[in-house]
Amino acid sequence: MAKMTMVEALNMALRQEMKRDDSVILLGQDIGPDGGVFRVTDRLFAEFGENRVVDTPLAEASIVGMSVGMAVYGLKPVCEIQFSGFIYQAFHQIENHAARMRWRTRGRLHVPMVMRAPYGAGVRALEHHSESREAYWAHTPGLKVVIPSGPRNARALLVSAIRDPDPVIFYEAKALYRSLREDVPEEEETLPIGRANIARAGDAVTIIAYGAMVRPALEAADLLAEKEKMAAEVIDLLTLSPLDEELLVASVKKTGRAVVVHEAPQSFGPGAEIVARLMEGAFYYLEAPIERVTGFDTIVPYFSREKSYLPGAERIAAAARRTFIK
Amino acid sequence: MGRKRIEPSNCTIDYLSILDEYGNLDTGLEPEIPPEMHLKMLRAMLLGRRFDERLLDLQRQGRIGTYPPTKGQEAAHIGSAILLKDSDWFVPSFREMAAEIMRGRTMESALLYFNGYNEGTIVPEGSKDLPMAVPVASQILHAVGLAWAAKYRQTGEVVMAFFGDGATSEGDFHEGLNCAAVYQAPVVFVCQNNQWAISVPLARQTHSETLAQKAIAYGMPGIQVDGNDILAVYAAAKEAVDRARDGGGPTLIECVTYRIMMHTTSDDPKKYRSEEEVECWRQRDPLIRYRKYLLQKNLITEQQLIALEEEIKQDIQAAVERAEKRMQELGNPLDQFDHLFAEMPPRLRKHKEALAKELAEAGREAHHG
Ligand SMILES: Cc1ncc(C[n+]2csc(CCOP(=O)(O)OP(=O)(O)O)c2C)c(N)n1
Ligand SMILES: [Mg+2]
Repeated sequence: MAKMTMVEALNMALRQEMKRDDSVILLGQDIGPDGGVFRVTDRLFAEFGENRVVDTPLAEASIVGMSVGMAVYGLKPVCEIQFSGFIYQAFHQIENHAARMRWRTRGRLHVPMVMRAPYGAGVRALEHHSESREAYWAHTPGLKVVIPSGPRNARALLVSAIRDPDPVIFYEAKALYRSLREDVPEEEETLPIGRANIARAGDAVTIIAYGAMVRPALEAADLLAEKEKMAAEVIDLLTLSPLDEELLVASVKKTGRAVVVHEAPQSFGPGAEIVARLMEGAFYYLEAPIERVTGFDTIVPYFSREKSYLPGAERIAAAARRTFIK
Repeated sequence: MGRKRIEPSNCTIDYLSILDEYGNLDTGLEPEIPPEMHLKMLRAMLLGRRFDERLLDLQRQGRIGTYPPTKGQEAAHIGSAILLKDSDWFVPSFREMAAEIMRGRTMESALLYFNGYNEGTIVPEGSKDLPMAVPVASQILHAVGLAWAAKYRQTGEVVMAFFGDGATSEGDFHEGLNCAAVYQAPVVFVCQNNQWAISVPLARQTHSETLAQKAIAYGMPGIQVDGNDILAVYAAAKEAVDRARDGGGPTLIECVTYRIMMHTTSDDPKKYRSEEEVECWRQRDPLIRYRKYLLQKNLITEQQLIALEEEIKQDIQAAVERAEKRMQELGNPLDQFDHLFAEMPPRLRKHKEALAKELAEAGREAHHG
């Protein structure tokens, strides 16, 4: 097994799926000779050529709209939207078509496509390059939303997303691209879409996170273990939609306490839905109101102030402690 | 019935070059430009060039974040923006630094912006300019809306919008040109065709021979100019601005120039283009050409040029010092909640208070610890 960054692991997933299936086609801006602005498609142009790694004109609606057509035809397009902050230029193609082709044709046509996009703050990027707006897509019926938290699960989930028969939004945290390495097996590995993972087992309080927030959630669990001798359970969602509510409910039934973490703004964010599901499934087991630790209801400030916007381990640990105050 | 040929009017475009890279001048086409305007353009180009170099240096030293250099494109945006009055509207993208500063944006503002301070997108009080727009082509439609409003109010104002070659692939570009022509809005579209959109060359951006010809489809005049020839840019822009002001509607100007540097400081152009190509364009530098022209016309002397360089150097140094001092005063995280709405909603106020409390506690802990 090789130690890989998330960028390298995603690159491997793309390469292996392209080798395995010649209907897998990559489309995006600067993904060809340049290898993508984050290098996720590094060397794929040289290996597979311009018909498999398609450098597109600067138009997101073209990338997504063409992919819908290609997917209806029977190909498996994997789009790279250079930054999730520019996926809105394709909003109508996703909402009006990708998400509902199967439904409109009563299953006759469908669009197996993946829309990859880097998201999130913490890398000192220019404006429009740091937002977390996954709620738009989780709110859209007909889309699956997958958000990995590290190199190994990113690779396995991307493979599953490519093989999935439905459109998948695949958000990649920029903050994780190169900040950690993990062993990633060369052999095929997939992870089921729609399943969360217990990243750390515990019985005192359930901390629910995804993407770049899993790391501070685990650090918060460390703090709670050190200072309070408290065993927090950390759940890494991996898929935001469809949500693995079974696992969440089971965990909260056990702990009676929950903290939901995301860097997206709070109001109408993923946390609101997660809390609602816990209320439906585990209300009588709750010992305290569920806490949310999220981005604020403002736009991610330009990078000199972004650190204060992002939830960190201290903020999460403090919320976990609050669930013990009666 | 039958098949006959339709020949839409206005189906050709001009290419304009007045002062070439070897210093040859087409005196028949040479625009009449008042000497003080020449000096203003020269100063703006020179300041733009030196400030750009300084920003790149600062980025390399880790004193600012990601930066998109403008080197080599100064004639394209100065030669056009100079035609705007203060009462006209300037709608930039993100590679018109020299023109932004000529229009009144301070260097401190740019330094704050590239250092991640929200104060860097405040536009000067009373100015008619919009802040930079990062989402490619999106600003084109705002320019059309501004122009529509100016026409409605009958103010005689003109709007000038800037964007790159890559932007012409976005729907917003096509929708913007179409609407502008339908409404005969007083707007001038200036495309800085620097021939690259990050790693994608123009030939893979469009199958059209020129970008200017796209104007024809929308029913407006289009012109292609040597974008490194400030006289040609000026002449084309004057024609377009005058037409817009006289009620003649929009124009598309394609300035053929070149992105000498990397796309941004995060980019590595060696991955996709040759050094020979870049070198060839260095020879066509707009500033060298213009300086020679001004010297030959006795509009400036060598001594004055040296003095101007020195003055600009000091201006930049003073701006960097002011900005770095300002940054120490700015950066209160609580500012991120302000200006989202005219009036802060209750929930947002709660978020602001929560952060204030957290910061106060952290401050107390740091104090005691
Ligand atoms: C809608 C949108 N998509 C993608 C990007 C990322 N991006 C920033 S600049 C750029 C290339 C722009 O090329 P061009 O329009 O030619 O302008 P230039 O950078 O050459 O000045 C890209 C793809 C963006 N900012 N906005
Ligand atoms: Mg360009």
